[in-house]
Amino acid sequence: MKTILFIEDESALQKTFGDLLKQEGYEMISALDGEIGLGLAKSKKPNLILLDLILPKASGFEVLEKLKKDGATKEIPVIVLTNLEAMEDIEKALILGATTYLVKASYSLEEVLEKVKKTLGDL
Amino acid sequence: MGIIIIFSTIITYVIGSHYIDNPQIVVLITLFLAIFLFIIAFTVTQSFDKLAETNRLKSEFVSVVSHQLRAPLSNLAWAIEILMSGRIGLIEEQQVEYFKILKENSGRMKELVNNLLTVSRIEQGTLPLKKEEFFLEDVIKNLISVFTPFAKASNVEIKFENSGSLPKIYNDPSQVRLVIENLLDNAIRYIKEKGVISIKLKQKNNDIYFEIKDNGVGIPQNDQKYIFQKFFRSENILKYQTQGSGLGLYIVKSIIKKAGGKIGFQSEEGKGSTFWLTLPIKS
Repeated sequence: MKTILFIEDESALQKTFGDLLKQEGYEMISALDGEIGLGLAKSKKPNLILLDLILPKASGFEVLEKLKKDGATKEIPVIVLTNLEAMEDIEKALILGATTYLVKASYSLEEVLEKVKKTLGDL
Repeated sequence: MGIIIIFSTIITYVIGSHYIDNPQIVVLITLFLAIFLFIIAFTVTQSFDKLAETNRLKSEFVSVVSHQLRAPLSNLAWAIEILMSGRIGLIEEQQVEYFKILKENSGRMKELVNNLLTVSRIEQGTLPLKKEEFFLEDVIKNLISVFTPFAKASNVEIKFENSGSLPKIYNDPSQVRLVIENLLDNAIRYIKEKGVISIKLKQKNNDIYFEIKDNGVGIPQNDQKYIFQKFFRSENILKYQTQGSGLGLYIVKSIIKKAGGKIGFQSEEGKGSTFWLTLPIKS
């Protein structure tokens, strides 16, 4: 079973995505802050990381940079899922190595799921 | 201000010297006038600075609050979506209507917050414009297909007249799309009975000309000069529809202006409105 690490401090979204991804046959691992997220990425080696940018303890940008610098985690695709939509944030995330950048307010749940599946090669 | 003060001081000295024999009195009068004018200038400048700072803070506040509101609104929208999808259990027929109310109202809040954020960016001068070449015709055709169900439900027919073989424009497709979307949405909403919307697209010299005509409620003559102002909604619109933020046309005009185009309209209350805009083919 493929695993997806969701680094997001909003517990409501953890719940929603947890139910959605479980229904779709994925195992979801939750991390409510950047530091926990980094630790879990290294220990669990998920197939995909969904990453928010506004996080406690370590920002999404810091997490992304560390993930891509670490040999153990740099190959894991990262989908940024955030409400930040300034061009400079998008460019920064993509330069740091994010595979896709999704603004939460612009996508339905099904659309995000589609992106996840495409990235995992399941579509 | 400084030039006015210097000029006034010199004039006062010259006139004073002409009519008053005692030069010390002339100097004193000139000095008092200069001090008086400096105090006025200082007060006026301070007021303008405070006004500018208040506007900046207000804009920043709207931006911060709107951004903070986005997070719970996204959470709400997705929670409603998963509930209505039936993925985590079927919902009872009696509950469906309430879920639809939740979905519609969370959508309204989301739209309002998006509009407020856009307005805030316009005022701060940070609205991004990512330009590329595209066919405006494609944007319009796509929007018409998106709006067709809404138009049909409102008993409105949309006609599109395209003069064909129009060149691409170099502009921000998502911002231009937002403009056309706003105008088309307004046109459908403000037709009260069976209606027709006619859209025209053609080239006019170095611009692409777009026009959207409806036979809706129109805009009263007295309200027309305010129509592009923030939060303004005509009295006749408020009678029919209390929903709406009054930000749409302000955003439309701001985007068109930034995109290097022009916008205008003609309207008659009870007969309908025609909104037109031009966009340069090349930047």
